[in-house]
Formats: sequence, C-alpha cells, structure tokens
Amino acid sequence: MLGRLTEGLSARTLILLLLLLAVMLAAPFFASDYLLTVLILILYFAYVGQAWNIMMGFAGQLSLGHALYVGLGAYTAAALYVHFGIGPWIGLLIAIPIAALAGAFIGYLAFRFKVGGVYFAILTIAFAEFARVGFDHLAFTKGSSGLFLPVAQYSKNDLWHLRGQPVMFYYVLLVAVVAAFIGCRALLQSRIGYFWLAIREDEEAARSAGIDTFRYKMIAVVISAAMTSFAGVIYAFYYNNLFPEQVFHISRSIEIILGPIVGGVGTLFGPILGAFVLTGLAESLTEGLHAIGIDIPGAKQVFYGICLLFVIMALPDGVWPWVKRRLGLAERAP
Amino acid sequence: MTALLKIEGISKRFRGLLAVDKVSFEVPQGGIHAVIGPNGAGKTTLFNMIAGVHAPDGGAITFAGERIDGLPPNQVCQRGIGRTFQIVRPFPALSVEDNVIVGALMHRRDVTAARAHAHEVMRRLDLYDKRAQRAASMTLPDRKRLEVARALATDPKLLLLDEVMAGLRPTETDRIVSILRDLNRDTGLTILLIEHVMRAVMALAQQIVVLHHGANIAEGAPTDVVRDKAVIDSYLGAEAV
Repeated sequence: MLGRLTEGLSARTLILLLLLLAVMLAAPFFASDYLLTVLILILYFAYVGQAWNIMMGFAGQLSLGHALYVGLGAYTAAALYVHFGIGPWIGLLIAIPIAALAGAFIGYLAFRFKVGGVYFAILTIAFAEFARVGFDHLAFTKGSSGLFLPVAQYSKNDLWHLRGQPVMFYYVLLVAVVAAFIGCRALLQSRIGYFWLAIREDEEAARSAGIDTFRYKMIAVVISAAMTSFAGVIYAFYYNNLFPEQVFHISRSIEIILGPIVGGVGTLFGPILGAFVLTGLAESLTEGLHAIGIDIPGAKQVFYGICLLFVIMALPDGVWPWVKRRLGLAERAP
Repeated sequence: MTALLKIEGISKRFRGLLAVDKVSFEVPQGGIHAVIGPNGAGKTTLFNMIAGVHAPDGGAITFAGERIDGLPPNQVCQRGIGRTFQIVRPFPALSVEDNVIVGALMHRRDVTAARAHAHEVMRRLDLYDKRAQRAASMTLPDRKRLEVARALATDPKLLLLDEVMAGLRPTETDRIVSILRDLNRDTGLTILLIEHVMRAVMALAQQIVVLHHGANIAEGAPTDVVRDKAVIDSYLGAEAV
C-alpha cells in the first residue's frame, strides 16, 4: 500500500512532501489565532480547488458553478443538524449523494445534448444561480433570512458534532487536503485518469480510441461534486451561518477556481500551491494595509485580479510547473 | 478468404451534396486495400461512416459478421477497428508513451499491462526512443507514426489509415510502408487506407477502390486500376501511366 503510494516519486520529492506535512501538522502550535484562521482558509481552498481540478484539469470540463456543490453540502448538513439534530458526519452521507445527483443531472443534460466548452460553463453558472434564487425562497432552510447553527463558547472540541475551536477545523481540513491529494493522484494514474486526459486533450480522438467519453465525463462531474460537498459541510459548521446570497454567489465559484489556475490547472500540487499563494498573499495584504491604518474595501479582489493577470501573462501553465523546475523535481523519462 | 469488412451500397448526403453514393466493396481478412480518388471524392466521408463518426443514410456496413453502421466511434473501436485522422490529432500535452497507453487501455484494465503493450507498439513504430517527448513537440512524420501507434495499441483487427503518408518525404513514406507491410505479414492485420501517394499505394495495396464524385468508378488490382480509362481521366491523369 505504502509502496503504491510513493511509486514514481523521487526521494527528493518525498522528503519535501513529508517536510511540508510536518510543518502543517505542527503549525497550530506556533500560529497565532489570526494566522490559524488564514491557514484554515488556505486548506479550504486547497481542498475545493483539488476537487474542481478533477473536472477542469483532468477531464477538461470547465465548471464555473462549483459554489452549487459547496452550498448543497452546507445546506444539507446544516438543515439536518438544525431541524433534526443529525450530526455533520451523518449529514455528510446525505449531502454527498445530493451533490453527486446534482452534478450528474447537469452533466447528463450537457453531455447528452453535446453542450461543451463555454456553453457548458454557462450551464454550470445557471444551475448555481437557480440554487441561489431557489434557496432564497426555501422555508425549510429559512430562505434569505439565513440558516444559523447554534453557537456557544466551546472549551472542548467535539469532533463528532464538529463543535469546537478553529484548531479542530484546521486538522479536519488538513486530513481532507491530504486525502484529496492522495486520491487525485491515484485517480490520475489509473485507467480513468488516462481517459480523462485523453478527453481533455481531444474528445473526438479519444472517442475513436475507444473511450466512452460521455461515461468518463459523467464520472468526473460526479466525483468532483461529491468531493466538493464535503467542503460545504465544513463551511457550514465553521461559519455557523448560511445565506443563499453568499453561499451560491458566482464570486464564490470564481474564488474556488482561482487557486488551481494560479497554481497550475491539471497538476496535483497546483491547487495547494495556488491556495497558499493567493489566500496567503491576499490576507497579508489586507493585514498589512490594516496595520498602516488603510482600509480599502475590495483590495483583496483587486489583488486577485493582479495575480491572475500576472500568472496568465508570465506563467500560463501556473506557478507550480515553474516551482517544480526550480526545485529540481521535474520528472525524467522513465 | 472471407470478408472482414463488407460495405454494401452505403450513401451519405450532406444537405444537397451527395458525398458518398451507393458504394460497395469488401476487404478480406488479412488484406491491404486502398481507396483513392480526387479531393472531394468522398473518401474521408466513407471512412467516417466506417469509423462511426457519421451514420450512413442507406446501406449496410458489416464487420466480422456484425452490422456496425450507426454505432458510435468508441463502440466501433471496441469491436476492433482502429483509425487515424487525415489531420493528425494526437493528445498534444501528453507524452508519446501516454498517448499510446490510452489506446492500450482499451482492452486492458491494468495500467502496467497497458504500458508494457504500449512499449511493444512503440518499438514497432520506431517511437520507443522518443517515448518521453510531448506529442505537441514532435515533427509531422513522428506524429503520423504516433497516430498509427495509438490506433494499433487498441488491438484492432482492421486499421483505417486516412492519408498517413501525405506531406511526408519519400524516405519517410518508405519507412511507414515497410512498417505496415511487416505488421500485415507478422500479425495478419487487415488494413484499409486512403492515400494520394501512389508510390505507397502501389507498394502496399492488393486491391484498389477508386471513388469519384462519391461513386465507386473502378475496383481491382493496382496494375489494372492505373490503366483504367475512367480512373486516368478523373484522377491520375495521362502522365501517371
């Protein structure tokens, strides 16, 4: 098992990976409360970025509506908790099939009727917007007035109910990021992974190489949606309040895709690196401005825009391929 | 010899244009047949119908005793027909090896087994030393052989080659011709090719089908076909004889 996991990794890569993991494991012991919340954000974006990357980076299907799956996960788990006292982990077991079904429905509509490229992207936006408007009027989830989870001052961390201090969410998300990384790597090296890349590169050529492109695109959407819904569950229990206007808003979907684009679409480390670079720098910027007494609303968004411009112009494949070369980790011919 | 591929009166119309008009012919198991004809004669449309890209408007295509007309391309491939494209389309960002592995995974579930098979195919097509190269960075002759390799890795019984020699120098053409001839001899692979390069057609094909304006105007052994008056008038021109 461990052999399979490390197969194809150079000693140098492995050491760096373990070092990074050690730093991340130790971080809460040294980080201030503020830094910890930033790290939680970074891990959150690393995780959803990884999930989005399965669709876009691996299978070549551009989704601009991933907030839908975050929102479905968040609302499902939160509503079950508020109404029936069902814990988030059981809620997750219900949230995953709901998000997966939503993904399958959108995928079916698009791929059956050959809606591809930007038209597919528009369709994904549309469904996130349907959800935003729909949830505004859904009494079960308290509509536009927002769904609130009961909050108290927690001295102990209750992992089963996800009630506790930020450090607990940090570790839960860290485990999720590591698991997503390992899972995505396994997928990419499997038969499915090869078929996804073939579809991304040239769908017609993939079909004539015998690949049932409809089926493999559906698998990508369903896995990506299911993975993303987990982030939603964490989101709900971390923030304790949900408003359709915020959760399903298109800017949420855009935030999800910025990390992988900056880090490197289709790479395994891109989403993680992108989350660190974008969220890390944006938060330091806000904090820095704040420290010198300037408060500019929207400074973060402007910063995202500048980052994106820079990456698209200077490193169109993302930051990770460049970092990889710098670290001497580029793979060699087998 | 029994017919591996049997085409019976297939037609395809694109709006007002009758691209293929009741074409019939057979390709026997283990044979190498060529389809020639001027540009716009319907050769690629004919190929696309065999490969499942277009469903014929009429007629029947039978492969290994089974009707395949109207099946989607992936199912046609799974039944044992591999194809290349006239304008090459390897997966550009993938390495040569990964391109061929994608083909090899068609009938193999295990990536390791697929990689072993891909190595075998790459050796046959002189691509083994270039296996780590990205497809996008390859020269045209290499990309053409890569297309053949990817198709071949799917273990086809019939290989459809759409102008694999076009744009190649004579030495490159001879190289592919000898590779194809070896494949046919060693593995019994049946080949149907569309080709303009008569040098390759004459060297390879046992039988030639000539299309003109979508219709089959001549069929027979290469030496007979190139003397056929209709073929000379419509396609080859007098100086070819």
